Amino acid sequence: MLDIVSQITLVTLSAALLLAFIRLVKGPTLPDRIVAMDLFGMLVVGLIVVLAGTSGVRATLDAAIVIALIGFLGTIAYATYVERGDPQ
Amino acid sequence: MTDFVTATVWLVGSAFALLAAVGVLRMPDVFTRMQASTKASTLGLACLLIGAALQLGDFASFIRVASIGAFVLLTTPVAGHVIARASYFAGVPLWKGTVLDERRNAKAGPQPDE
Repeated sequence: MLDIVSQITLVTLSAALLLAFIRLVKGPTLPDRIVAMDLFGMLVVGLIVVLAGTSGVRATLDAAIVIALIGFLGTIAYATYVERGDPQ
Repeated sequence: MTDFVTATVWLVGSAFALLAAVGVLRMPDVFTRMQASTKASTLGLACLLIGAALQLGDFASFIRVASIGAFVLLTTPVAGHVIARASYFAGVPLWKGTVLDERRNAKAGPQPDE
């Protein structure tokens, strides 16, 4: 049962990634794209965690930690750039 | 039993993540999009982390999963606040149906130029 459920979870998370990517391409201003990238980081962390729970490989959780850290730092850096520069 | 709880929590978490993505795609404004993104994706990721911790059933992996969850719970509100503040002061237009803009009505503070 868990195989089918993990497949459904991975497909749903991939659909969410696709929708966030549409917003990343369309987004009229730069903060829209920053929000989409922030959501990207969260969804990728979720994908890695589900894969680690399915396959039992513990080492991929370290990659999830690193991606969460770098996503937060990138969001802060982009927000600083927006506050000082041109939003369009 | 563990498999059943894991399956339920994973389905709920992926549904919340999909709702966050739909909100980011469909909301009319930067601030409403960010409101959908931060809250729903935090809840969905917490559910996915609980399922993975149950499935691995190891102390070291539980510590790692709990550290990811604590980090996300700490940093997502900070990131949302910083993005909202930066986009407001950069002059990103609000939605037409916005009924309250307390920052503009305040006497003190920098005004956003439109």
